[in-house]
Amino acid sequence: MDLSSIDPILLIAALMVAATPILLAAIGELVVEKSGVLNLGVEGMMITGAICGFAVAVETGNPALGFLGGAAGGAALSLVFGILTQFLLSNQVATGLALTLFGLGISALIGQGYIGVKPPTTADLNLPILSDLPVLGPILFGHDAMVYVSIGLVIAVWYVLKFTRVGLVLRAVGENHDAAHALGYKVVRIRLAAIAFGGGCAGLGGAYLSLVRVPQWTEGMTAGAGWIALAIVVFASWKAGRVLLGAYLFGGITVLQLNLQAAGMKIPVEYLSMSPYLITILVLVIMSADKSRAALNAPASLGRAFHASS
Amino acid sequence: MTAAHLTLSGLTKAYPGVVANDDVSFAIKPGEIHALLGENGAGKSTLVKMIYGLVRPDTGQMHLRDKPYDPANPNAARRAGIAMVFQHFSLFDALDVAENVALGMDQPPKQRELALRIREVSETYGLPLDPARLVGDLSAGEQQRVEIIRCLLQDPNLLIMDEPTSVLTPQEVDILFKTLRKLASEGTAILYISHKLEEIRTLCDWATILRMGKVVASCDPREKTARELAELMVGGTLQTPDRSGSAQDEVALEVAGLSVPSSNPFGTSLRDVSLQVRKGEILGIGGVAGNGQEDLLAVLSGEVRAPKGAVKLGGQSIGHLGPNARRALGLLSAPEERLGHAAAPDMSLTENALLTGAIREGLTRRGFLDWRAARVFADSIIEQFDVRTPGAEHAARSLSGGNLQKFVIGREILQRPDVLVVNQPTWGVDAAAAAAIRQALMNLAMRGTAIVVISQDLDELMEISDRFAALNEGRLTQPEPTSELTIDQIGLMMGGAHSPNNGQTAEVTSEAAHGTA
Amino acid sequence: MVRLERRPEPSRHWSYATPILAVVATMIAGGFLFAFLGKDPLVAIRTIFWDPLFNDQFAAFSRPQLLVKAGPLILIAIGLSLGFRAGVWNIGAEGQYIVGALVGAGVALAFYPLEAWYVFPLMVLGGALGGWAWGMIPGILRTQFNTNETLVSLLLVYVAEQLMASMALGLMRNPDGGGFPGSRNLGDYPAAYNQELIAGTGMHWGVVAAFIAVIFAYILLNRHIMGFNIRLTGQAPRAARFAGVKPNRLILFCLGFSGALAGLAGLFEVAGPAGQITIDFNVGYGFTAIIVAFLGRLHPVGILLAGLLMALTYIGGELAQFMLGLPAAAIQAFQGMLLFFLLAGDVMTNYRVRIGKTEVA
Repeated sequence: MDLSSIDPILLIAALMVAATPILLAAIGELVVEKSGVLNLGVEGMMITGAICGFAVAVETGNPALGFLGGAAGGAALSLVFGILTQFLLSNQVATGLALTLFGLGISALIGQGYIGVKPPTTADLNLPILSDLPVLGPILFGHDAMVYVSIGLVIAVWYVLKFTRVGLVLRAVGENHDAAHALGYKVVRIRLAAIAFGGGCAGLGGAYLSLVRVPQWTEGMTAGAGWIALAIVVFASWKAGRVLLGAYLFGGITVLQLNLQAAGMKIPVEYLSMSPYLITILVLVIMSADKSRAALNAPASLGRAFHASS
Repeated sequence: MTAAHLTLSGLTKAYPGVVANDDVSFAIKPGEIHALLGENGAGKSTLVKMIYGLVRPDTGQMHLRDKPYDPANPNAARRAGIAMVFQHFSLFDALDVAENVALGMDQPPKQRELALRIREVSETYGLPLDPARLVGDLSAGEQQRVEIIRCLLQDPNLLIMDEPTSVLTPQEVDILFKTLRKLASEGTAILYISHKLEEIRTLCDWATILRMGKVVASCDPREKTARELAELMVGGTLQTPDRSGSAQDEVALEVAGLSVPSSNPFGTSLRDVSLQVRKGEILGIGGVAGNGQEDLLAVLSGEVRAPKGAVKLGGQSIGHLGPNARRALGLLSAPEERLGHAAAPDMSLTENALLTGAIREGLTRRGFLDWRAARVFADSIIEQFDVRTPGAEHAARSLSGGNLQKFVIGREILQRPDVLVVNQPTWGVDAAAAAAIRQALMNLAMRGTAIVVISQDLDELMEISDRFAALNEGRLTQPEPTSELTIDQIGLMMGGAHSPNNGQTAEVTSEAAHGTA
Repeated sequence: MVRLERRPEPSRHWSYATPILAVVATMIAGGFLFAFLGKDPLVAIRTIFWDPLFNDQFAAFSRPQLLVKAGPLILIAIGLSLGFRAGVWNIGAEGQYIVGALVGAGVALAFYPLEAWYVFPLMVLGGALGGWAWGMIPGILRTQFNTNETLVSLLLVYVAEQLMASMALGLMRNPDGGGFPGSRNLGDYPAAYNQELIAGTGMHWGVVAAFIAVIFAYILLNRHIMGFNIRLTGQAPRAARFAGVKPNRLILFCLGFSGALAGLAGLFEVAGPAGQITIDFNVGYGFTAIIVAFLGRLHPVGILLAGLLMALTYIGGELAQFMLGLPAAAIQAFQGMLLFFLLAGDVMTNYRVRIGKTEVA
């Protein structure tokens, strides 16, 4: 094994790319859960976003439109979940699962004609001078725009939740929907908006996967990324800043194990490949074992159906 | 005579199977404290929801200062100067006081400015509050202050208070009344909803009495006796339950030095609780909501385990046993929350009879269920406790609150307990059902069962219990004979002053209990 | 305006009617999907739902396949349904299925080429134990550390897939296979082979196990206190604790039991229809079984029927792929749609639709 072939600078730069899809999906799901809705369909929305984004980018030749298409695809699918859970009051866990199963099917169907196709490349920003800085250049300034969009989104979500009226109302709805209703807030409408935002973010994350990270279309290419995004929201105990930390930590593990595979480490490839999942489980266990902290931050109405009965 | 501030004319609202409000008309004057009196289910809540824009009337009109008033939602009501303090608080535990206040306002100022105003207003009205604290950490009385301050910050000209004193100690009630009188003297009209007669006679200028959705009387409550008001409210003569003291010497249930941490981050931990109940005795445990009542029931029922020797049944240590083992030994219980805790809402009454009756009624054989026997047991509860339902195959949630409560209490009583622990046995139940439940509990005591009644209804505890103790922040005062207590002493006990008669503290009493154990 | 009004109690009629309505609605929506893909919708629907059973040309091959495919679906769904009723969300049956197959096949390969009557029973035991152990991981993490069992059980699917890949390429690789990935074929090892019991029916031991599971679950849920406790916990967790149910024990039972049944399904599959451990041994039965469980109303008899129906869509889907060139993914989307319609229809069980004046919301 040759560990010297692993360049720490490239590793950090690569982990940001590896983390971006999950970061996008997780920050969207954070908003959904803050509004009191548990959407387990992240995986389905991500893969739908991946193929929608891929298809739009290939057909138009424009990656930017592709990302928009991915977000639109994810949001559209999330609204199916929204209608079922918010208007028809279906069980959120079951509906989330259905969304994932359906998303995997429909994406494979749309993707029939796109297997083996190469998408248009998404350019790196390559800011003059800044990108050429030693060490910091490749880490901080050498990425494509979506990496910065994802970080910007995290900051925006953090700011909105903490400092704005919209964020306060969203948290209130997630905390106690009956009280929010009694004060005259439109619980269902607010939640639908949050669900659509979450779907859009998941779709964006999926599109990043198929357009930048891989970049090509294969069936089931999200390979559990949506579930890991869900786990990261728990890890972050519903705090935006810690979603960033969690996603980059996960990205780091993914990139490291890939590098170790490439460096020819003595451990069989399969065991390295399962390590991100195992570490995600480990992190979940550590976070959930601390009952007081988890209980304080989880929105109190999470997963409960709301029906204005009187 | 001043012109009316709000006039209601012919308001009617029907729900499937029930007319909640039938042609309700009355008027509220500026500066008037107007009582809306009625039993549970008389239609008070529906009426105020219409005024507050949460429900639309089917027919009828409202006028605010002679202008038609038809709020589409609570925001419109608030803009019209109407504010409401809910019975079940519309508060958010995980948000701080200032955020909670901001959510109730249409155009809240910046958080820092709002915090200043909260301090200012809360001190003016004698209701001190720290804007930065999490609401979940406040006591029920303090939470109500948040609701009131939220209303006052909008300078309302009509304030609606829905059963505001159910969560307050007598001393806190005095403070609240002072605040309300001050507001009224400044010209604010107050619509005060309650079923507590004495406080309406103390506070209110005028009373409108609702029964079965209709206005049955309107009067100056100070000119009526509490009994007259009660009979107007209930629509018949009230029977006072009869009982003779039946306490024996033998101790049936003993709790000594019991401390249990709460499982809920905003819950109350039990601290060093000690009590003894003798056969045939009813021990009443009062206290304001959220002071550990649920935790006390859970630790007595066995849902929460305690150190082995901390709970003793007939001298036998049972603290470590679960609910079913305790049932087998004769300790039964009925929790406060009917739907979801005492009974499963979507299950049939037969299944709900099985829920606690499986052991003592022998409804299982080697784990296999005897549905026929369960049905017979359910039918006997329905018959003996006058539960109104088409049959035991119907779901628990299809019953009215009073009927389900009769079923739940009857289910435990029919199992012939040695000790019965109940929490809020008549909460949200109509007067007839409440009287029946109290009578059933007293009859059970006369047959030798030791009973612990946890309740927030002081009148109920005074009526049925032999001794009284109060829970405050998870501590229990030394029980005192009910007949020797004055309302002031009870208030002090509820407020946390332990044992008014001899100045003993809870710590001392628990040591005494250890000594006798 | 249309609005919903909560029923005083759940409607029994609607709870039976929704699965049927959902199937009809899915056929209609699926028809549109097929038409959109350029296929004649009526022909496609007939190919999927009718031809596998009644077409002279295909039925002889397809009919036995019905039980072969329905067996694992029913077996897994029965296990999952107990957990779903109790509010324990094991969605990682696919992983438990894989590990059951690995352990069962491992037992067989360890005994190879011994011909003894006890090899197959030991494999069955191994399969059940493997699935049970894999299901107990989320169970123990949940009861000891309060970790969300839904996420953990799902993440373990990916771990199991990697584990299987490493087995197929390493430890279990057929030494006589000329370096190709995959284990020995158990079809060539009579003591370990799960053969068809009645020729031409597709009936093998796994199908027998599925029928036994249906009967067992029916008795458990309707006649035994354990089943009562499971239902009670799902509907009213606090009432269950009040009734003396120990939540942790129930969680472990549900996850262990569903894991064991999924493991059994994996074992019967690897010892019979599949024959060997390969990289792509698992075909998603563990996920489709979730749909089967819901479509069957979490009721044992309902699951039996739903499992047969779902098996039919698999076989019909393959037929449609072969005959009409309908993409395999279309069937997956079709199955997902079915679950959507079912969940949407469920609203009718608990709510009544009222048309008229609305409440201000």
